[in-house]
Amino acid sequence: MVATRTKRVIRLEPTDVFIYIIGALIVFVVVVGSIATLSQGKYSINAWVDLFVFGVTLGSIYSLIALGYTMVYGILRMINFAHSEVFMSGPFTAYFLAEAFSRSGFLNQSPVIALILIFALSMGTSVLVAVLIERIAYRPLRNAPRLVPLITAIGASFFVQYMFRGLYGTNIKVYPEIEALKGQITLGAFRVSYIQILVIVAAAAMMLGLHLFVQKTRTGKAMRAVAEDRSTAALMGINVDNIIVTTFILGGALAGAAGVLYALVFTQVHFFMGFIPGIKAFTAAVLGGIGNIPGAMLGGLFLGVIESLGPMLFLDGLGITAPYQLKDAIAFSLLVLVLIFRPTGILGERIREKKA
Amino acid sequence: MKGNQSKRVLSLAALMALIAAGCAMPVTPAAPAQPAAPAATEAPAAPEFTPPTDPIGVVQIGPNDPIHIAYMLVTSGSDGTLGIDSRRGIEIAIEDVGGKLLGHDIKLSGEDSGCNAEGGQAAAAKLAADSTIVAVIGSSCSSEMRAGGPTLSKAGFLIVSPSNTAPDLTDPAKRFPGYFRTAHNDKVQGAVAAQFVAEQLKLKKAATIHDGSPYAEGLANAFAENFEKLGGTITTKEAVGPNDTDFKPVLTKIAATEPEIIFYPIFVAAGSLITKQVKEVPGLGDKVVLMAADGTFSPDFIKAAGEAVIGMYQSSPDFSAFTGGYADFLAKHEKKYGEKPLSAFHAHAYDAFNMVAAAIEKVAVKGPDGTLYIGRQALRDAFAATKDYKGLTGTLTCDPNGDCADPKIAVYQQTEENLKKLEVPTTPIWKP
Repeated sequence: MVATRTKRVIRLEPTDVFIYIIGALIVFVVVVGSIATLSQGKYSINAWVDLFVFGVTLGSIYSLIALGYTMVYGILRMINFAHSEVFMSGPFTAYFLAEAFSRSGFLNQSPVIALILIFALSMGTSVLVAVLIERIAYRPLRNAPRLVPLITAIGASFFVQYMFRGLYGTNIKVYPEIEALKGQITLGAFRVSYIQILVIVAAAAMMLGLHLFVQKTRTGKAMRAVAEDRSTAALMGINVDNIIVTTFILGGALAGAAGVLYALVFTQVHFFMGFIPGIKAFTAAVLGGIGNIPGAMLGGLFLGVIESLGPMLFLDGLGITAPYQLKDAIAFSLLVLVLIFRPTGILGERIREKKA
Repeated sequence: MKGNQSKRVLSLAALMALIAAGCAMPVTPAAPAQPAAPAATEAPAAPEFTPPTDPIGVVQIGPNDPIHIAYMLVTSGSDGTLGIDSRRGIEIAIEDVGGKLLGHDIKLSGEDSGCNAEGGQAAAAKLAADSTIVAVIGSSCSSEMRAGGPTLSKAGFLIVSPSNTAPDLTDPAKRFPGYFRTAHNDKVQGAVAAQFVAEQLKLKKAATIHDGSPYAEGLANAFAENFEKLGGTITTKEAVGPNDTDFKPVLTKIAATEPEIIFYPIFVAAGSLITKQVKEVPGLGDKVVLMAADGTFSPDFIKAAGEAVIGMYQSSPDFSAFTGGYADFLAKHEKKYGEKPLSAFHAHAYDAFNMVAAAIEKVAVKGPDGTLYIGRQALRDAFAATKDYKGLTGTLTCDPNGDCADPKIAVYQQTEENLKKLEVPTTPIWKP
């Protein structure tokens, strides 16, 4: 290990130099921008705390979606681009239940039961869609070259998107608001709305549950074994197909739950809603180290916070007007930065390269 | 296995060749038919009749063929109501002329242009490929026209937009030949909005948000320019993405500059989220006054934004200034579609179609066999010469830059009543 390191330092390719210069440039802009913004003191500490809390809320949702990408990648070494549609299908279907509850008044009478039912329907639909996609679009191509399932994934994504467009129409559907979730808690500088608390707590609970499932149960062990080496796992008597389906079920359920949380925060759903969060969550998964579960959680939170804080912190002090238009550029620049210094992502292991 | 595969490849190639041959078949006889057609019409023609010539082409419409008008509007997605509203205006106008023009049926077809530059380009390319099209009514969003306009213009169409309002589209340096609009120029709307805020509300500090689209940016800038002229200060000019959902960070930043009013002339999807999220941002909450423009003046927006819309202002075409025919139009609309207009640009589309029809009537030449000849440049010139046309939206006269609107802008306020009925307000609270 030590020997290879020293070798790399000696043989510095021109492209490496170029990449490191870009990396240094990004770091420079970030540091100078942050210092400039903070020294101007235009924004109060409350504003920063608020931004941070928004970021964590959004980041938790990204994390939940990213887990679906990363688990599937860990096991099948493929990027499931249809996952953003799995995310959309759940809350879009559950909208009709939520709307019915809202009309009958049930939603505000017993919000807990109503929310549980809404979550259940959303997660159920997402699981169904995820499993069907796996069965129809991926399983027949299990042994095909890696590019093939990638293309069917994109095809499946379009198919599901336009199927839902055909089923439910193209209009924005407005999610009903829940009275019990309005309002906020104030703790010193912290002002957190109930919805944000719900999102963060629910996401944390689900991620903890997933972690325990993967680490402590037999099925979880089997999942890790399949991720490690599919054919050896099969030789050990693990039913690989079942494990893959389990993975899609878990990813689908998390996406469906993330969908409802997203719908509660932004109070609207439409057939195209999965695209942007899907891309962001995929980025989060790569950022954290694709194939790595804690990495996806960390990547999602990191991306959410950077998107929320970044434009103001890095660019405002440099006198750039309207920095929020550049929030995606900032998020992706940081992705580039992370990948320059850690090509496998924040928590990605170096061994992964060999295995793939 | 290998032999099998190459056989398969071979048979596939053979199949492809067959299909290609099959496709080519009908094309071959069609090609010589085209030059033959005018010859055939010339033969029985009276000696004094010569079909008109035109520098950018002549549309020939056979005796039994329809006159083809196309629309290019956003008819799906989150901004779909804007285009569907305009399309309904065209459909009612066609019904009002009995579906016929100069004895020919009117054929209306169209493309969904998605309210973005990519959609506009794709839709324009598809329309440009169809040489039977005489005129295009569209687009809905200025971004679509910016991207697709050059293609439509090169194809020789007469282009009339019922809802493009970005100032630069009729800037003499940037305008494409053949482009006109019946919608107001946002220089007017921006000025009216600024005047309302400065003189009626007597506010001094405003922040603006646009979404990078030519419409929103043009309008936000027009507002800012006029507001500063009237003695106000713009605390910050922000921009967001049209597909963003989380606006709290940008609103938090705006809150730090302490504006009294936020002017955000954007579209329904982002506009409704901003309206809602403003209430949740400390420092803005209920204190700040909200004002948007005609891009969000629709029931969709009211539904999406919910309670947060109550009390906010919107500038939009002044429906109360529309002429008497407008009441009739509304009755027909209600009867045909079972609801009130979805957005603000139905009457503009109605007028656009009628003005196109009037221009066609002026320049079309009928051959002795009933074939209709429409010179494309002549049609554009005839449209440009439109003067004192009495339409629903007022008395329209085209200026040399293609602005034909009779711009009447007023300011509306959303009330609880509107939210309950999910309808846009019909009576303005203020006009210049």
